[in-house]
Parts: sequence; C-alpha cells; structure tokens
Amino acid sequence: MASIASSAPLVRATARRRPVAWVPIVLVGVALAYLSLFLFVPLFAVFFEALRKGWGVYLAAIREPDAWSAVKLTLLAAAIAVPLNLVFGVAAAWAIAKFDFGGKSLLITLIDLPFSVSPVISGLIYVLMFGLQGWFGPWLAEHELKVVFAVPGIVLATVFVTFPFVARELIPLMQAQGREEEEAAVLLGANAWQLLWRVTLPNVKWGLLYGVILCNARAMGEFGAVSVVSGHVRGYTNTLPLHIEILYNEYNFAAAFACASLLALLALVTLVLKTAVESRQAREQRP
Amino acid sequence: MSIQVAGVSKHFGAFEALHDVSLEIAPGELVALLGPSGSGKTTLLRVIAGLEVPDAGRILFNGDDATDRRVQEREVGFVFQHYALFRHMTIFENVAFGLRVRPRALRPGEPEIARRVLRLLKLVQLDWLADRYPHQLSGGQRQRIALARALAIEPKVLLLDEPFGALDAKVRKELRRWLRRLHDEIHLTSVFVTHDQEEALEVADRVVVVNKGRIEQVGTPEEVYDHPATPFVYEFLGNVNVIESEGGRDYVRPHEIEVTAGPQSGSLAALVDHAVKIGPVVRLEVSRRDTGENLEVELPRDRFDRLGVETGAVVWLRPRRSRFFPQSAPHEAKIA
Repeated sequence: MASIASSAPLVRATARRRPVAWVPIVLVGVALAYLSLFLFVPLFAVFFEALRKGWGVYLAAIREPDAWSAVKLTLLAAAIAVPLNLVFGVAAAWAIAKFDFGGKSLLITLIDLPFSVSPVISGLIYVLMFGLQGWFGPWLAEHELKVVFAVPGIVLATVFVTFPFVARELIPLMQAQGREEEEAAVLLGANAWQLLWRVTLPNVKWGLLYGVILCNARAMGEFGAVSVVSGHVRGYTNTLPLHIEILYNEYNFAAAFACASLLALLALVTLVLKTAVESRQAREQRP
Repeated sequence: MSIQVAGVSKHFGAFEALHDVSLEIAPGELVALLGPSGSGKTTLLRVIAGLEVPDAGRILFNGDDATDRRVQEREVGFVFQHYALFRHMTIFENVAFGLRVRPRALRPGEPEIARRVLRLLKLVQLDWLADRYPHQLSGGQRQRIALARALAIEPKVLLLDEPFGALDAKVRKELRRWLRRLHDEIHLTSVFVTHDQEEALEVADRVVVVNKGRIEQVGTPEEVYDHPATPFVYEFLGNVNVIESEGGRDYVRPHEIEVTAGPQSGSLAALVDHAVKIGPVVRLEVSRRDTGENLEVELPRDRFDRLGVETGAVVWLRPRRSRFFPQSAPHEAKIA
C-alpha cells in the first residue's frame, strides 16, 4: 500500500484501475462521526463550559474550600484503595496462576463480583452492614466509630469497586507465561520472596502498571457506590464526582464544569499513560 | 552422585502416571528415559527433581533419603524443553541467578560471580552473548544457556526434560553430540527424557524404556535394541514386523530378513508391492502370498541390485532372527 504513494507511474496506473474503496471510507466515516458525537463533542463541551466565564471563575471554582476538600478526599480514597488492591491483586493472581488449589474457580468468580454487581448495590451492602440499623451498626455506635456517611465508608466503597482491576489484568498474563520460569528459579535455589521479586513481578511489570492505572482511574471517578455511603456532607464526605453533581444540581454550571474538567484531565492523562504502557508491553512481550 | 528411585507411584486425579517404579542410576552415568508421550517419563524426572511429590516411594541421593527434601535444597540442575530462561534478564544475569539467590553467607562476591558465569558461558561456547536477552537468541543457543544456568549452582545431578525437543533436526543432532562430549568432560550424573529412540540410543550410557507408567526395560543401547525384553520395546525401538503365529506373535526386524529369488528351506513366498530406495538402503513392502499379510524388509542397496527383482515379482523370505512372544504376554502388543 505504501508503494502507491511513491509516484511510480506503473503503480499509479494499477491503483487507478482498482474499484473505488468506498467500504473503508464509509466505515471510517461512521466511526469518526460516532466518536465525535459521543466522545469529542462532550469532552470539548466540558472544557468549553468550564472556561466560558473566564479563567478567574474557573480557578475560583477549583480553589473553593468545598471543591478543594472534595479533591483531597478523592485523592485519599485512591491513595488507600489503589495500594490495597495492588497487593491483593498480585497475591490473588499469583495464587491463581501459579498454584493449584481447591475452590480456584470460586475465587476467580468472587474477584469479578464488583464488576457484575451494580455500584449502587455495592454501596448499599456497606450501609446494611455498617449503617446505624446495620449488622455492626450498634457496636460501631457504642464505640463512637462512624463508617457510613463518613470517610471510612467512602474508602471501603472505593476499595470494593476497584478491587478486580489489578487481579483481572494479571491473571491472564501470568497464566500465559506459565510456571516454568518459577520452577527454574526454585530449582536454582530461590525462596518464595526472591521468586516474587526477581522473577514473577519483573515479568508482569507492565501489566501491573496497566492494572494500577485503570484501578486509579476508577477509584477517582467512582460515583454510584460512593454516592450511597457518602451522605453528601459538604466539605467532609464529598468526593469530586459527588461535588460535581451537587454543583450541577444547584445550577452552578461554571463551577460544576470546572471540577468536571479536572476529572476529564485525569481521564486524558490515564489514556496517555495507558497507551504508553501498552506499547512498552507489546515491545517487551515479543518473542 | 547416585540416584535411587524406590517404588515410586504418582497419580494425577484418576490418571496413573507412575506405577511402582524402581530404578538405580550410578554416579557419573548418562541415562535416557525413553518412552512415548504420556508414558510418565517426564513425571519421573520431575519427581526426582522434587517438582512433583510422589504418592508412594522414595528418592535417594547417594543413599540418603531426599524424598522430603525441598526443591531448593536438592542441588539438581534442571533443563526444560522450552528453556524457561528468565525473559527479563540478560544472558549473564540468567546464568548468575543461582549464585545471586544464595544466602548472604554462601554468596560469592561480584568478581567471583562474574568469573564463574563467564567460565560457564565459555563452556557452552556462547560467552559473546552475555549482554543479550533470551528472545534475541536462537533455540539451540537458548538451550545451551539453560544448561549453563543449571550448571552454575554446581549441581550434584543434571536432569534434562526433552532438552532437544523444541529444536529443528539439524540443531538437535549437533546439540546432542555436544551434550555427550560435555558429559564425558564433566562426568555429572545425568538423566534426560526423550521420546526419540535415535537420540536415546546415540547419547545415553543406559536407556530406560518407559511405557504407561512402568519401566519396560533397562539396559545399554545395544541391549535394548538387540534384545528387547517386551513387545513394546520391540515396537518402540525401530521398525518391526509382527507376524501372527500359533499361540502368539513373532517379532522380526526388517533388516533381519533374508531375501532370495528362489525358495529355500523354511522360507515363505511374498509379492513385492513396492521398493523404496533410501540412500544405501532399500525398503521393500511385500505381502505374503499365503495370508496376504503386509511385511517390511530392509536390505542393502547392492544386495537388492544383485537380486534383480522388481515390483510385482515374487521373492522368498526367511527371518535370520526373530523373537516369539506368547499371546498371554503381560504387556499386550500393539500392532503398529
């Protein structure tokens, strides 16, 4: 195909005689129109609306104390959920891919649970467990601990919802790599710790990073589960997505879109990182 | 170091991979475990290495019970069919791995590690590849690196699982001769698994023929080839004609049949269906005139030329040597 571009007359003659390639043109056109309508235009709208009233209003909306505390809470929830699920994901994937034990398929199903359950239900589970009327509610009240409608509830819900990302990313990768390298390492005298750090993790590092990026994006963007357990206490239990909703419901569009632009930026950064990691991974995985 | 396998059995679910296998391997020996796929030979090797735990039986190294010894403490070098090199490490680091993971007190210093690794890379004639990564090497090179890596821990025993199985025919041949020479140099007790009879007969001091989780025969290459103990060994090692006779079967190798143009005492008539000339050898596909049974005969090219027969001609056959196995043989023969 590339040779068509080179202006050899013979090649051009062949190209001219070919029937018009309208199928690819139509398909690409449809894809582009679809993407523009549902992705590019809304993304543009977010930034356009956010900056419509100028930089001053934009910066003020972001610097506003409630917005700022929402940003901090979002970062806190992600800072706890991502490392926790990183450790859990590695442990689960390692166990599933490299060892044989009973109940393995049950464990895999359980890991997928947060994906298959509606986030609202995930939030409700925590309310039912830790809310005032919940199973542990009376005990928690007695000890003056607050989970639901407080920061711990937000963190719990975020952990639950983002729980499969790292494990899901690693399991197929580790299974594809097989166990032979691990067996070789053990035969050469490596203990379990050396095995993990010197053989298993270096082999999956890009997949791991990829899982962490996705996990983080979801942790910061989660709405449903967090919304149920939050109680929407301004400046206290509002994450960024919740804060945006409140602003929007108050017809404070400029501020809502200003905060939304932060999340949109996060999404763009995630996409760039994801693409970079994927290309690194593809380069290293070549046989 | 000697290896003793005493009454080892191993099941995978309902499948019986090894049935009461006993075997002794002398120090410095190079032994081939030969059998078809699924015969249990790899399982036996992995039990010796400690990668599989036997259901019953013991593994002894130099007379000491090693059955419950951890894999890390067995001091075995192991070479995998698909190399299992650490893909994210350079060749140098691959070979150095076994030294680097040693406890601090036993770990050699950096210059010593470098010296040993380079010595091993020279031994496998690949010291110029030290800075490459495994995916940049050919299959034969990778397997030699895998061997250098296994030798780095100064193992007492070397175990090789189909070491040439993933290589093309030419590299296979080169590498197995090289392995034989290497073994003659370092005299390490070695066991290798193969399904290739030629490989086993060419490389090993002794051949252990394995079938369906049991050992069929143990012996030198000449013993197992010239005096197969069971119909299975007869059929697995080389071609064989199985001739139904009263109360059992006669096993005759194609090259142990004498072909004449005229009848002799004890010979039987057969029709030449096909004559294939393979270099210095001619393979005749013939059918007996009395029963129509198909047989294979091999004879030297010049002998065939002197015979002067063509497709469709009648020849007379007489086995120079054959072996009779009664029908009730413990291992039912499978007609190939």
